[in-house]
Amino acid sequence: MGQDTELTALTLSQARDGLRAKEFSARELTQSFVDRVAASEKLNAYILQTPERALEAADQSDARLGTDDARPLEGLPIGVKDLFCTNGVRTTACSNILGDFTPTYESKVTENLWADGALMLGKLNNDEFAMGSSNETSAFGVCLNPWRAEDGEPLVPGGSSGGSSAAMAARLGLAATATDTGGSIRQPAALTGTVGLKPTYGRCSRWGIVAFASSLDQAGPITRTVRDSAIMLASMAGHDARDTTSVDMAVPDYEVALTGDVRGLRIGVPREYRLDTMPSEIEALWQQGMDWLRDAGAEIVDVSLPHTKYALPAYYIIAPAEASSNLARYDGVRYGARKMGVDIDDMYARTRGAGFGDEVQRRLLVGTYVLSAGYYDAYYLKALQVRRLIAQDFENAYQNCDLLLTPTTPSAAFGLDKGEADPLEMYLNDVFTVTVNLAGLPGISVPAGLDAKGLPLGLQLIGKAFGEEELLRAAQVLETAAAFSAAPTEWWTKS
Amino acid sequence: MTDNMTENINLIVGATGNWEIVIGLEVHAQVSSDAKLFSGAATTFGAEPNTQVSLVDAAMPGMLPVINWKCVEQAVRTGLGLKAEINRYSVFDRKNYFYPDLPQGYQISQYLQPIVGEGEIEIDLEAGVVKKVGIERLHLEQDAGKSLHDQHPDLSFVDLNRSGVALMEIVSRPDMRSAGEAQAYVKKLRAILRYLGTCDGNMEQGSLRADVNVSVRKPGGELGTRCEIKNVNSIRFIGQAIEYEARRQIDLIEDGGEIDQETRLFDPKRGETRSMRSKEEAHDYRYFPDPDLLPLTFSAEFVEDIARSLPELPDDKKKRFTEEYSLSSYDAGVLVSESENADFFERAAKGRDAKATANMVIGSVFAGLNKAGLTISESPVQADQIGQLVDLISDQTISSRIAKDVFDLMFDEGPDQGRNPADIVDEKGLKQVTDTSAIEAAVDEVIAANPDKVEQAKEKPKMAGWFVGQVMKATGGKANPQAVNQLVLAKLGIEDQ
Repeated sequence: MGQDTELTALTLSQARDGLRAKEFSARELTQSFVDRVAASEKLNAYILQTPERALEAADQSDARLGTDDARPLEGLPIGVKDLFCTNGVRTTACSNILGDFTPTYESKVTENLWADGALMLGKLNNDEFAMGSSNETSAFGVCLNPWRAEDGEPLVPGGSSGGSSAAMAARLGLAATATDTGGSIRQPAALTGTVGLKPTYGRCSRWGIVAFASSLDQAGPITRTVRDSAIMLASMAGHDARDTTSVDMAVPDYEVALTGDVRGLRIGVPREYRLDTMPSEIEALWQQGMDWLRDAGAEIVDVSLPHTKYALPAYYIIAPAEASSNLARYDGVRYGARKMGVDIDDMYARTRGAGFGDEVQRRLLVGTYVLSAGYYDAYYLKALQVRRLIAQDFENAYQNCDLLLTPTTPSAAFGLDKGEADPLEMYLNDVFTVTVNLAGLPGISVPAGLDAKGLPLGLQLIGKAFGEEELLRAAQVLETAAAFSAAPTEWWTKS
Repeated sequence: MTDNMTENINLIVGATGNWEIVIGLEVHAQVSSDAKLFSGAATTFGAEPNTQVSLVDAAMPGMLPVINWKCVEQAVRTGLGLKAEINRYSVFDRKNYFYPDLPQGYQISQYLQPIVGEGEIEIDLEAGVVKKVGIERLHLEQDAGKSLHDQHPDLSFVDLNRSGVALMEIVSRPDMRSAGEAQAYVKKLRAILRYLGTCDGNMEQGSLRADVNVSVRKPGGELGTRCEIKNVNSIRFIGQAIEYEARRQIDLIEDGGEIDQETRLFDPKRGETRSMRSKEEAHDYRYFPDPDLLPLTFSAEFVEDIARSLPELPDDKKKRFTEEYSLSSYDAGVLVSESENADFFERAAKGRDAKATANMVIGSVFAGLNKAGLTISESPVQADQIGQLVDLISDQTISSRIAKDVFDLMFDEGPDQGRNPADIVDEKGLKQVTDTSAIEAAVDEVIAANPDKVEQAKEKPKMAGWFVGQVMKATGGKANPQAVNQLVLAKLGIEDQ
């Protein structure tokens, strides 16, 4: 048990270095994680475990380690959000409508990771089709946050990448893939004391990732450290001719960018993010973040993003609109679940009625509505105009600063069923993160402290388009200054 | 000569007076391309069901469309051929509706910003009248798959081979006023597409089909409510559908009814149209820009390169034929309707009497092919054989009448045995008789045998023709008709007129 605990306590970069130094084998490392994942089913972070596949890949990595054939992520076990299609491994987007769908192809991002030597522990839980902020809309049931309030109340891990964030907080893998459409990487990272990086739109290929909202979706990592996110992104990113929106730009060595030097960087603090309803401890943490960066030699400047208040409504028009069309392919005709009916329309209604959960249906209805004749101009077109203004806000702000610092979320992790009475309250979780997706910019959440109940809180840094190096550099400085070392009490493992 | 302003002579007579038909066409032309519009899957016609389907065409989760530049090039080429405005910035939109043969649940099409804007084509009507028909736009879009309803007692099957195949939708202005004009438009459009090599125009295989918009009005009055007849797949059916639909609308209005704007289907078996769905049942397609695709942009050089590679198009070829070969507008029009036909003619006419060659090509070759149900590429008689045949007439080796017989022989023999016309003439002894004494003898014989007719001819010089005919008959058609004519006139003492 002793060594297992040690190995799963390693960060991705530590494990990489340990493997290269032959301190342990990829099989030993992988076995430790396989065992820990199997012992942590109470969290419901993994909805599918692939231990044989992981161990087989580990043996192959052991053969390569120490030779010239060793690759950047050789022998490092990671988890994969169930939105990524994995060849021969069931992929459902945590929706009943996909049934036991097993792709015959591999998403570009995971293909890149496997090509670099990483190996898969299994598929991670998420909100159904990535629609949610609590992981509660998953057809596989909620994934629990390893962190619990003092009274022991179960908490959500955030969403939609709740399985990814919970797995990282509970050390069920060295890294996890995730996707972010309105905050689905950064918000769960903030709620679990982990690091979540949403890259610039176009940095990673969307090919083979189950689509939610095509113009907003972007893959990224959730990890335990900024360095680990830098390492992961270097492998995940890259141009793909099969995704027209992926950008043909060289992928830098993000790890090299982590110099720890932010002297002279100008950090903008957008005044519109100071909400009246914001808890004082988040306000205080934000101030603390400014101080940390100032102490490290950065300059803090006040900036304005005047259209921020329209971001959330615009997002909740654009994302459902695209989703209503993207999810039309789940019709029971070619794959996934089918419920027979008296005629084709009846089959559609039964299949989609049974296959999609309430939140997905809600968004499909909203999306269909805002695109329909007579409402398109008032809603969809208007939302696109707002989107352009928000992008313009960022461009203007970046005339005076290099990065932006904001809280990641308006609160720490919350209890179950919060969104049941009022879905709009759940949507408010995205208030600090959706602007970044609308503008296509990179953003990262870094664990920065605990609230009064002992739950983690995150700070968000937002970069310029394709400014991931600068973003990661500042994030690491923030991480170092915050020295976040708290860990959840391990209540979930089987004895 | 153009005829846009002149009075419509195609009016239909109704109980309350004359009616005018107003027709606009949306032609769906399959782009000639080895691969689909947004995937690399093949497009071969007639393949086994679901054998030409990529992950993208089947709309598997996470699949994304990538534009096939060959199709873009073909659309631009077509736009240039239609003398249309080329939009170097256009946008692909999603047209959303549910149907089992539409795997994505939407068709990727172009709605507000198509790749090609306004253009026009000239259609050839009877009596050499040319009419301009406006082109409103041309856009690229995906074809759907095919539902198969005859494979199972309770279920329908779906074949996705066509799913994602590139189509050009070419929308005309409502400029046509009769079924004949609509048919001439489709013929001309098809000829242009085939000249350009952007669509094979094969209507039987579904490569070209038309949605026909028909309305009727009192001449000069307000436009009537239109009905759209979907997916008509032959030029003959287009004519029948329009004739039926116009009559249906006129009868309905004259009986005090109103036309519902609706989508109708043409039933070729019964020769009638019937309602498919009403305006109320029309889909709300919820068009919006496809977020998986960037706007389609290309450089001016891209367009210029294509423009430089355009072939001579039917109108230009026709103009050249009338000028260079002094052909009538009608003959030139017939010859250029297919570029292969025009090429055949030009090969045959090279270095000889073009007019005589045109007559031979149209009167013998086309007529023969038509009767035999063959295309020009399957012709049993080759262009150089036609050329030689024309030469034999020109140098008076044979008469036109004999030439017809020689042609028929060559046509029946086919290209395998294909002998040169000169060999046939030699072998069959068909050489024209130019020996004046032999002809003279024949003329004398006819005159001697018909003294009453000789008397009549003196009163009525036109009777000479009868004598020429008799002499030709007597010589088995081999006598030189000019020589016969002169001798007859001389012997009868009639002055040459």
